[in-house]
Amino acid sequence: MAELSPKDRLKIPRQHIPEQDPEIRKHNFNEVNLGYTPEMAMLEAQRCIMCKKPLCIAGCPVAVKIPDFIKMIAEGKFREAAAILKEDNALPAVCGRVCPQEEQCEKVCVVGKKGQPVAIGHLERFAADWERQNIGIQIPPMKEKSGKKVAIVGGGPAGLSCAGDLIQMGHDVTVFEALHDIGGVLIYGIPEFRLPKSIVKAEVEGLENSGVKFVKNYIIGLTETIDELLERFDAVFIGVGAGLPYFLGIPGEHLNGVYSANEFLTRVNLMKAYNFPEYDTPMFDVKDKNVVVFGGGNTAMDAVRTALRLGAKRGIIAYRRTEAEMPARIEEIQHAKEEGVEFMLLVAPIELIGDEEGWLKAVKLQKMQLGEPDSSGRRRPVPIDGAIEILPVEVAVVAIGNGSNPIIRQTTPDLKVNKWGNIIVDMDTMKTSKRGVFAGGDIVTGGATVILAMGAGRKAAKAIDQYLRDPDSWDRPKTEQVEVAQESK
Amino acid sequence: MNRIVEARFIGPEIKLFKIEAPKIAEKRKAGQFIIIRVHEGGERIPLTIADSDTSNGTITIIVQGVGKTTKHLNMLNAGDFVQDVVGPLGRPSHIENFGTAVSIGGGVGTAIAYPTAKALKEAGNYVISIIGGRSKEYVILEDEMRKVSDEVYPTTDDGSYGYHGFVTGKLQELIDSGRKIDFILAIGPIPMMAAVANLTKPYGIKTVVSLNPIMVDGTGMCGGCRAVVNDKTVFVCVDGPEFDAHQVNFDILTKRNKMYLVQEKHSLENFMCHYDNLFFSALNEVKEKV
Ligand SMILES: Cc1cc2nc3c(=O)[nH]c(=O)nc-3n(C[C@H](O)[C@H](O)[C@H](O)COP(=O)(O)OP(=O)(O)OC[C@H]3O[C@@H](n4cnc5c(N)ncnc54)[C@H](O)[C@@H]3O)c2cc1C
Ligand SMILES: Cc1cc2nc3c(=O)[nH]c(=O)nc-3n(C[C@H](O)[C@H](O)[C@H](O)COP(=O)(O)OP(=O)(O)OC[C@H]3O[C@@H](n4cnc5c(N)ncnc54)[C@H](O)[C@@H]3O)c2cc1C
Ligand code: SF4
Ligand code: SF4
Ligand code: FES
Repeated sequence: MAELSPKDRLKIPRQHIPEQDPEIRKHNFNEVNLGYTPEMAMLEAQRCIMCKKPLCIAGCPVAVKIPDFIKMIAEGKFREAAAILKEDNALPAVCGRVCPQEEQCEKVCVVGKKGQPVAIGHLERFAADWERQNIGIQIPPMKEKSGKKVAIVGGGPAGLSCAGDLIQMGHDVTVFEALHDIGGVLIYGIPEFRLPKSIVKAEVEGLENSGVKFVKNYIIGLTETIDELLERFDAVFIGVGAGLPYFLGIPGEHLNGVYSANEFLTRVNLMKAYNFPEYDTPMFDVKDKNVVVFGGGNTAMDAVRTALRLGAKRGIIAYRRTEAEMPARIEEIQHAKEEGVEFMLLVAPIELIGDEEGWLKAVKLQKMQLGEPDSSGRRRPVPIDGAIEILPVEVAVVAIGNGSNPIIRQTTPDLKVNKWGNIIVDMDTMKTSKRGVFAGGDIVTGGATVILAMGAGRKAAKAIDQYLRDPDSWDRPKTEQVEVAQESK
Repeated sequence: MNRIVEARFIGPEIKLFKIEAPKIAEKRKAGQFIIIRVHEGGERIPLTIADSDTSNGTITIIVQGVGKTTKHLNMLNAGDFVQDVVGPLGRPSHIENFGTAVSIGGGVGTAIAYPTAKALKEAGNYVISIIGGRSKEYVILEDEMRKVSDEVYPTTDDGSYGYHGFVTGKLQELIDSGRKIDFILAIGPIPMMAAVANLTKPYGIKTVVSLNPIMVDGTGMCGGCRAVVNDKTVFVCVDGPEFDAHQVNFDILTKRNKMYLVQEKHSLENFMCHYDNLFFSALNEVKEKV
């Protein structure tokens, strides 16, 4: 391949990822994006100008060596591309699909300054998929066995990435998961059409093949406490996620037809209610019904698009700010629109109205306008006096975020948490207030992203490794610990 | 997979199981429950841990066949396996020496009340148990209750056994007779629990009920099990299942439990039909052979 000049590279248009037709996909649960062909991937990879000081790496929470892996794709060396990704990112097939790239790596890509940024996420996904489909997920090289045992609490992205790193470092790793399946939000929250469950399964199998042990149906705090784990393990990592859905605190939330997004999505994804009655878990029959979803994040988009796929007549997003403030990935908003999701902006639900038998019939919405900026700099929505709208709906899904699950903190009184119940850690090492116990992911930050949870898991793995090799380091001043942790990288 | 080591009917459609689950057997306290999946693809349903045996690592559950999952479970026998069991879930019962404690069980509710009655007895209470059923064969665990109670009163709606009438009738009788009652635990169908709550409220007797909303995960993640207690939303699986009876909004609980009536009926009919087909084809095979 002739060496292209940066100018030539900039002339190549961003390769659009093939996707299912919206009219077809809104009736099925198959993945929306179909992925690049090798030719498209190689062409897209050539758009990267291989910056000397790649800004994109700084935009990625786990500092994936972006130009290096893209170079390999450009040269058709897909196996090598996947290997480079794996050095920093334990779940590239997942992150390539669900990272908010426009806020992270792609946001700062220099090619994006004048045109569209390099499609880093699509390329990441391509390399990971290629590996899985063609040569199987490769097991990374392992260090000699250390004889130390680590318990990981929670099988979400934080726990999985921590487990993946620790096993490579030679430790004996066991993941304890409360549910009957591994993957956390990846398995019960994010729907099949955005992240096929077979991909999560393959990643988990990859970890199993590397020697990670998985114990399902095991709730730490109840089946066994953190203190008891510390008797059988040398260190513990807590990655139990956010859990505990928030409700709106308005009248009528107990009506039948009102769901939290967690419940709505869990019934469909984890319990496969869309296959009822072949699978036993029932679901409110949304066919030909009007469904409203409160919220503007990924969770809200997932819920409303799921409702359409279940046959809903109308799928409506009701959000109290404007589209510009929506935290969802741009691609998801775009896809939702293409599929016919209606957007009602600047409205806030103030009452859910039901019939005598307790079934939801309508929602009372308060219209809002943007007022003065609040402390976060975003203009705060304020109610417009008397501007009320009644929207007839049979199903309402609340997707306004999650608090922290109480089980661990109730059963581990010496673990320090903040006023929201999030575990307090040293952000450099993810150490908690309890010796030998580390934590990361949504339980520390509150609901965030897959890649941030994974980054936290990796950071903790590094510090755990350090602690296992030198337990006295726990008490040393922080600066020293960080240095050692960085050296061991 | 968890192995069933013992299974026997103790009433009509009511079956007692001992299931291998050593960790749960070791950990569980009175008032806690498990979530069980009978088979892959099965629903997750909550069942109270009636008892446990740490020496052989089993827990006891008592199941009333009311719908597809419980009826399917009740077809299993010793040696069979269930897909998975997780627990112990929920907060343990609050146990102290109240003085005189009355435990009231209606139907399969007796199985749920039993472990707490036992714990109340062990804590030094004088325990009076009222165990109700539609008719004699629905009164369950009488022998077990006698072992952990100072007095036991069976009641039947049709008068075929014990006191003729509802459990509330017997309770009213005890109150009217001037018995000093310090604590009441009432577990059974929602109308029964609501009736007990109504009855004891004017007397100011501390009354606790165990709520049975529809659950999914049982860990506080989905919010499907929410109920209204003291005008506040609670998640029964992590905040309960036991609550102050005088503060529970039973009306909301009743309505929420009807959420899937149509689907449940459909599912059960499907299942029983499938089961009947299996049965008839087996029957035909036998006939052909004969
Ligand atoms: C519907 C939805 C869509 C999303 N979409 C995106 C997206 O597009 N992009 C993105 O980056 N992020 C997205 N997110 C956010 C992202 O999924 C989370 O930030 C991430 O999964 C957090 O990872 P975690 O490992 O901290 O926790 P989780 O993924 O929540 O995993 C925690 C695990 O711990 C288990 N657990 C909990 N308590 C216990 C216990 N006591 N004992 C044992 N196990 C326990 C849980 O069952 C769970 O499996 C989405 C979230 C949701 C809900
Ligand atoms: C904390 C708790 C402890 C319980 N302990 C016992 C027990 O020890 N023995 C016993 O026989 N029963 C117990 N139950 C009730 C038992 O869980 C339900 O009877 C069972 O789930 C019904 O499932 P099904 O498929 O057989 O019937 P379905 O036909 O699906 O439902 C029948 C009725 O059961 C309830 N129900 C349905 N699905 C669920 C679900 N996923 N979770 C909870 N309730 C549901 C609804 O009210 C429904 O109308 C308990 C319930 C709770 C919440
Ligand atoms: S992990 Fe996410 S942020 Fe990092 S390079 Fe990949 S897609 Fe971008
Ligand atoms: S910033 Fe963009 S062009 Fe530069 S190396 Fe990263 S991906 Fe390539
Ligand atoms: S059953 Fe899901 S929160 Fe209680």
